[in-house]
Amino acid sequence: MLQALPLAFCLAGLTFYTVLGGADFGAGFWQLFAGRGPHAEEVREHAHHSMAPVWEANHVWLIFVITVFWTAYPTAFGSIFTTLSLPLFIAAVGIIMRGAAYALRSGTDKPVELRSIDMLFSISSLLTPFALGACVGAIASERVPAGNAIGDRFSSWLNPTSILVGVLAVATSSYLAAVYLAADATRSGDPALERAFRARALGSGLLTGAIAVGGLAVLHSDAHSLYHQLVAGDAVITLIVSILAGSATLALVFERRFEAARYSAALAVAAIIAGWALARWPTLLPGLSVQQAAAPHDTLVALVVAVLAGAAILFPSLALLFRLALTGRFDTTLAAPKISTGELLSASMPKLNARVAGACLIAGVGLLNVAEASWAHALGVLSLFAFIVLGFLALVPGALADAGAQPQPPGGRHPADPGR
Amino acid sequence: MSPFAAALAPVHQQYLLEARQMQTLSFVVHIPLVAFGISFPAMVLFVEWLHLRTGDPLYATLARRWSRVLVALFTVGVITGTLLSFEMGLLWPHFTATFGSVFGLGFAIEGFSFFTEAIFIGIYIYGWDRLSPRAHLASGIPIVIAGFTGSLTVISVNAWMNHPGGFRLVAGKVVDVHPLKALFGNGYLWHELVHMYIAGYIVSGFVIAAVYAFGRLRGRWGRYERTAIAVPLTIAALAAPVQVLVGDWAGREVATHQPIKLAAIEGLTKTTRGAPEHVLGWYTEGQVKYGIEIPHGLSLLAFHSWNATVQGLDTVPPSQRPPVNVVRISFQTMVGIGTLLALLGLIYLLVRIRRRRLPESTWFYGAVVLAGPLAVIALIAGWVTTEVGRQPWVVYRVMPTADAVTGASGIPVGYATLAVVYLLLACGVAWVLRRLARAPLDIVPEQRGV
Ligand code: HDD
Ligand code: HEM
Ligand code: HEM
Repeated sequence: MLQALPLAFCLAGLTFYTVLGGADFGAGFWQLFAGRGPHAEEVREHAHHSMAPVWEANHVWLIFVITVFWTAYPTAFGSIFTTLSLPLFIAAVGIIMRGAAYALRSGTDKPVELRSIDMLFSISSLLTPFALGACVGAIASERVPAGNAIGDRFSSWLNPTSILVGVLAVATSSYLAAVYLAADATRSGDPALERAFRARALGSGLLTGAIAVGGLAVLHSDAHSLYHQLVAGDAVITLIVSILAGSATLALVFERRFEAARYSAALAVAAIIAGWALARWPTLLPGLSVQQAAAPHDTLVALVVAVLAGAAILFPSLALLFRLALTGRFDTTLAAPKISTGELLSASMPKLNARVAGACLIAGVGLLNVAEASWAHALGVLSLFAFIVLGFLALVPGALADAGAQPQPPGGRHPADPGR
Repeated sequence: MSPFAAALAPVHQQYLLEARQMQTLSFVVHIPLVAFGISFPAMVLFVEWLHLRTGDPLYATLARRWSRVLVALFTVGVITGTLLSFEMGLLWPHFTATFGSVFGLGFAIEGFSFFTEAIFIGIYIYGWDRLSPRAHLASGIPIVIAGFTGSLTVISVNAWMNHPGGFRLVAGKVVDVHPLKALFGNGYLWHELVHMYIAGYIVSGFVIAAVYAFGRLRGRWGRYERTAIAVPLTIAALAAPVQVLVGDWAGREVATHQPIKLAAIEGLTKTTRGAPEHVLGWYTEGQVKYGIEIPHGLSLLAFHSWNATVQGLDTVPPSQRPPVNVVRISFQTMVGIGTLLALLGLIYLLVRIRRRRLPESTWFYGAVVLAGPLAVIALIAGWVTTEVGRQPWVVYRVMPTADAVTGASGIPVGYATLAVVYLLLACGVAWVLRRLARAPLDIVPEQRGV
């Protein structure tokens, strides 16, 4: 049980990453196929602005999955990352490019530049989900054996199942993005954009469903044991849940209940990921069971405690972020800033601070650099930190206050100088 | 034990050197960005706090403009960091496969720091006009805390690699694993953490100050610019002398725990009582040539004692010695730059205390312009000292780097691709930062001079 718990965390993380991170890649997909003209510009702009506040948080799910996985199942991690080094590297480069688009976009608002940035980086939005999906397909179809680069470096991830899951990942991402963007358009009260993304959501949703159902035929011929488990074994229930949730999502989008649609889409994804796990249980990789791969007991306990404690901080914060991003505001009492110029200077008492800072410096040298005991070192470090903080408080307010009395240096006639 | 337990075996990797260089490249890109992630949020928050206290719109403008830079750098930090976590498997799978259960927890906890950081940066940036000023200020505090806990956990892993503990190795498998003890019960952690955390403030302080110092040399020196330089420069000026003291502590920890690294730092071949220190010079044929000798210097620095015995490189076989010149030169670069930065900091502090104003001489601002890039170089040089000084071990005296490497082919292609991607990324970042710097100042006019 304990050995399986981190795997459950990883699969949950994978679900979150597919739903949330996928929406980010999908936004890139819609930017790529927005076409030309003012309407296309608007679509691209909307796709960028809705994702920008949340994409970083969405991406940490991937880091979460990777770090939990290598802590709990180190050998399996090493095996996967050696055999699948190529698609994983492609995915990593894609992530770099996609993130770079956000950084670059903050530097410009010229349409020409924006278009080329979006163009360049939308391609990575297709590449990354495809490559990651292909990795999942490789593992699901038992093509990644345990060992240092034992599996085939190409056919392990270029095979019918991998390509199916890769394409499915791209389609799902686009679908989820369209749903998210439609919801965001509703919030910002833009019916034209909402219509545009609702249509995209319905189209891509139908397509995703078709690929998923047609994919069963691929599994039938390429990964028969997985197919068998999914349609006739223990995992059949997950397949049913996934199909029901997927259909419900489409209905909800049709009804323009986008928020609810996101939850049911998440359920559809979660069900199919759970189905994969159930179908394979108790093996992790061919020749390696979950039990065998699991880290020692103490590590697992510490990991589970850390994840649960982390989740207690994480989910409230995430809720805050999404509430802010999707409702536009969560605190309507915009109080005016408190204006009291003199208070700052008197509050920080520069003279006293400076003296105490000096004392801290001397104490710090004695404790850290002369004394030998580790408790003395700890105190010494604290004293030195206190020196920096107090010294800063003593010096900066003064610097700012008399900064206005500065004589101008030669040539100091900057036209945009706001101080004069 | 199951027959599959040691499924990953060390392999011969023809391109080990390229793999190491690829790792180095990724760190050289990630670590300076991380230095900003550690310290810049605190500076932005301080300026925003000044705005709340005084109502002066200048501070609000400054905080907003800085926060745009912050978010651009954070974004690049996120993606380069993601690549690093991939490299743990792509380049060093046998290291991760063998010891993941020992050190992995550090990164797993770090993951939550990143979550916190990413979420609250989103809230902070998105919330400028959507939150009450106080709530907005408060939303920045978790970013500062997460920057600290993030570096704590990553560095706990690095400290464990340098001074491993909390497990036993039986037939290539770890047993008796106590991850918390391994990561946080490790005496080697604390000097690295403190030294790196302060380095973060030094780097971002001097780099940001360098930008405005450059502007001053070009004649941009309004009230806005003076405020913008005073905050980072004061922090860096206070932190730089402290870093010398912390560095002394770090040196003594290295002397106790990693004598071979210390021997490489100085280029000391034979175990010596009252060992001398050489400034500059080149290590060849078992000794430092062309250097300036300081008698008893090494014993004094490493053990604070005139006649302490310092272990030499010849106490281990040549195959277990790190490349001496790389380690020596990086160390001397860091210490040289560190000393200069501390002096510059002291000059600034003296002028501030004595004359109660910012320095006025042009050479001072010229020096600050140089101090920015130099601080980054010191940061990298310090990590080179630590990491290359640990070679040939990836886990000190437990696993050689050559055993950790992947068996997959294609490292040179990956390396070349990554180099190109990083080059493009660097150009892109430079372009964005220039754009952000050139955006016209948007202090609300009617509130000028409040
Ligand atoms: C701005 C950056 C900076 C500056 C000015 C200095 N250092 Fe440093 N140093 C670092 C940035 C750094 C670092 C990059 O942050 C390292 C790498 C590993 C670590 O813990 O800190 C480091 C490592 C490091 C180590 C090796 C620690 C280890 O291997 O565990 C020693 C002995 C010193 N430093 C000593 C000094 C001394 C004596 C300095 C004074 C002049 C100094 N450093 C200035
Ligand atoms: C000098 C040592 C390191 C420190 C102090 C450090 C610290 C940080 C910090 C503070 C961030 C937040 C991003 C930012 O503010 O720019 C970050 C990002 C990141 N770092 Fe590092 N890191 C270090 C080395 C590493 C290593 C060795 C790895 C590899 C496993 C790594 C993985 C990551 C990841 C995955 C991110 C992105 C997190 C996100 O999505 O927000 N870092 N790092
Ligand atoms: C967790 C924190 C870590 C930090 C902050 C860190 C930092 C660094 C830095 C700055 C370098 C560049 C040194 C150079 O220029 O050669 C480096 C090199 C290297 N690191 Fe680490 N590292 C960390 C973890 C790791 C891990 C997990 C591995 C994986 C096995 C690793 C293996 C290496 C190797 C092999 C090199 C190349 C050394 C050489 O060029 O000779 N490091 N590291």
